[in-house]
Amino acid sequence: MRLLKLVPDNTNIGFVRLRHWAFGLTILLTVAAAALVGLRGLNLGVDFVGGVMIEAHFKQPPVLDQLRGEVDRVGVGEAALQQFGAADTVSIRLPMPTSADEGATNKIVRAVEDDLAKRYPGVSFNRAETVSGKVSGELIRNGMLAVFLAVFGIALFSWFRYEWQFGVSTFVAIAHDLLVTLGFFALTQLEFDLNIVAAVLTIIGYSINDKIVIDDRIRENMRKYRQMDMRALIDLSVNETLPRTVMTSVTILLALGAMLIFGGPVLRGFTAAMMLGVVVGTYSSIYVSSSLLISLGLKPQPFAAAPKKGPASRAERIS
Amino acid sequence: MLDFPRWKVWGIILVLAVGVFLALPSLMPESTARGLGLGGMPRINLGLDLSGGSHLKLEADTADLAKQNLAKMEDTIRTEMRRGDTKIGIGDISTANGRISFFVRDIAQLDAAVERARQQTSAVGVTGQRDWNVAVVDSTRIVMTQTQAGLDDAVDKAMQTATEVVRKRIDELGTREPTIVREGKDRILVQVPGLADPAGLKALLGKTAKLEFKLVDLTADPAAVAANRAPPGSQIVPYPGNPGGAPLIAVQRRVIISGDDLIDAQVANDQNQQSVVSIKFNSEGGRKFARVTQENTGKPFAMILDGSVLSAPNINEPILGGNAQISGNFTVDSANQLAIALRSGKLPVALKVIEERTVGAQLGADSIHAGVVASIIASVAVIVFMLVTYGRFGVYANLAVVLNIFIILAVMAILNATLTLPGIAGFVLTIGTAVDANVLINERIREERRRGRNVVQSVELGYKEASRTIFEANTVHAISGLIMLGLGSGPVKGFAVVLLIGICTSVFTAVLFTRMLVALWLRKARPTEITI
Repeated sequence: MRLLKLVPDNTNIGFVRLRHWAFGLTILLTVAAAALVGLRGLNLGVDFVGGVMIEAHFKQPPVLDQLRGEVDRVGVGEAALQQFGAADTVSIRLPMPTSADEGATNKIVRAVEDDLAKRYPGVSFNRAETVSGKVSGELIRNGMLAVFLAVFGIALFSWFRYEWQFGVSTFVAIAHDLLVTLGFFALTQLEFDLNIVAAVLTIIGYSINDKIVIDDRIRENMRKYRQMDMRALIDLSVNETLPRTVMTSVTILLALGAMLIFGGPVLRGFTAAMMLGVVVGTYSSIYVSSSLLISLGLKPQPFAAAPKKGPASRAERIS
Repeated sequence: MLDFPRWKVWGIILVLAVGVFLALPSLMPESTARGLGLGGMPRINLGLDLSGGSHLKLEADTADLAKQNLAKMEDTIRTEMRRGDTKIGIGDISTANGRISFFVRDIAQLDAAVERARQQTSAVGVTGQRDWNVAVVDSTRIVMTQTQAGLDDAVDKAMQTATEVVRKRIDELGTREPTIVREGKDRILVQVPGLADPAGLKALLGKTAKLEFKLVDLTADPAAVAANRAPPGSQIVPYPGNPGGAPLIAVQRRVIISGDDLIDAQVANDQNQQSVVSIKFNSEGGRKFARVTQENTGKPFAMILDGSVLSAPNINEPILGGNAQISGNFTVDSANQLAIALRSGKLPVALKVIEERTVGAQLGADSIHAGVVASIIASVAVIVFMLVTYGRFGVYANLAVVLNIFIILAVMAILNATLTLPGIAGFVLTIGTAVDANVLINERIREERRRGRNVVQSVELGYKEASRTIFEANTVHAISGLIMLGLGSGPVKGFAVVLLIGICTSVFTAVLFTRMLVALWLRKARPTEITI
């Protein structure tokens, strides 16, 4: 039986040669993503801004503008409406009531549900969530802290385990992955909630997995081919690991694709973020982090013993 | 490489068999498991997002607790200074800014007063700190301040009691398997599966259920009451259902009897077929109640719940049996709620709902259905893909992935972990990365074959070199998993649990187990060429 090979044997792509283009593209992408996040902002869910969220499932897809007007007329604050997965499912977001009264949020939920039930016979309510401002503040703080600590922890690990250049290049690549993912959420205005933070952390984990595999191979080759030029060595390492990189990315994309199509609306944003993260993470491990090692001045023999002094050793290094 | 001792083979098989066996109960409906005699085995909990139900986070009002403590200490000081052979005259007592301050009339008694005040404080924690600081200012004035340690201790004790009270109240509702956990310093997390309308639950938990019976102050001037001014020894409390019209009423400060003396509360009907709550006092409470009602026959007394009067009936005759009825325009439901709240005791501190999530059972069922379908399709896609890419080695990898799923389920069941929707996504990712381990190994074997090594050498080197990389990658994954577990809440945590378990089990199945299969095959078949 002939087995499938996604990457032909002896593939030799000059990744390093393309690195200036890749850097340019990376910077462009990152700046665009940062600008998007800054200008459009993220569509933060009730987890992060506090408030009330009601998910309503209608018999027929409602007209959103009309529905918004109707909810606004209930007089419980300005409603933000969004279709959730399907056209007949709408998430209604309302601000937290200013009154400190215990039952205030109950009343809001009740009032909106009663009103909609009257106007749209057969409507059902799947979910209701209320998060107070205090909790949402904590959630956003803990979420951000988790992401930052994860990035720093991973960069530190690469630094101690390898050379400082690996730590820096890993950090830059992850920061790029993170920003591009956030940019994606700013662009699509998909709701950004706690589930998405889990997705973002997974992207970091996946992307770092890729980088570790390639970095590990670079280190191995640095020991094996002490005389080799750094550019050639990195190209060799990336090409050697390319079949694995492609294979794993394809399997994970297959699995995530199944989740995206069949996993139901609740997981959709989550899965979309992860799929994007896999693509971006693979790109950045191949083009950004390994090529950056050269720009950071990684020398061929950091793991070998310090060169002996004398003309012979100098001659060797010059060659 | 080929040398795989027999004990190791059996050890691995045993672990896998136990894993599969432990995973079985979680994979079948609960009734089937019971039918097969597996009912007692651990099962995976389904999170509320999968099973439907309500999730409430309650926070204690610590500021109110501090205020309560202050009022209690003020009372104690007033009585203590008057006690014993030498009464200490104090005056100008005030409780502003969270401190009690009073002056001692006779300077000669100042030291004795400080001593008495000190006796009312107690040590907290291991450092021997007191719960109150007692200080003298301006040489005649004593100021008592509650210390942070004292306040923390009070919050801690109140939360212990509150958690118990909440548990009792929810148990009374008769719901299935509620989770009630104390979280952090001043929070309680309540999860009730299957409860789709949390309004009743919130109403029940929102009640402090502090019940007091007090005599109505008949001397109070109605105009003064309306202006919220009480005669000395009395106080004004709200009376929303007053048939006399005024929403305020004056009652004596002294408590005849409180909910602390209560031993039972049940719903009953009075002679007009109105719902009432019938309560029963302990013997001491019964005696107190009998005495006061004998002395005050014909006068009204007020039933006060959480600081507001429910009703103020006349004492028609002395109430001697230790039983009483609380009336006050109840419906059957509200009477039942009050009875539950009274039976389970009063909350030592008011609780506020700060987070609430309700998932309808239908959505939960839809989600789990979608999650399972997606997982199966994802698995089939990955399995087929591995098979066409690596042939025999792909079969081994697939076996490893399937067993891995069983073992993750088994570990989660043993740990009593909760499977949430993000947890299912974590599952899919784990399948992906477990496959990655085998991809790394198999690609490495391909590479070594291309370099001209023989079959056994290639396989051996493939496993050795790839294992190092797998270890590094998994360490990094574990770092992010641990951070998520430590800092994340809710969905993030659910995800991290599955991820961390998956990291451990996938090393076992993807590296050790497949290596055993390959070794056994190589030993038996002795191939000179492999298709990979």
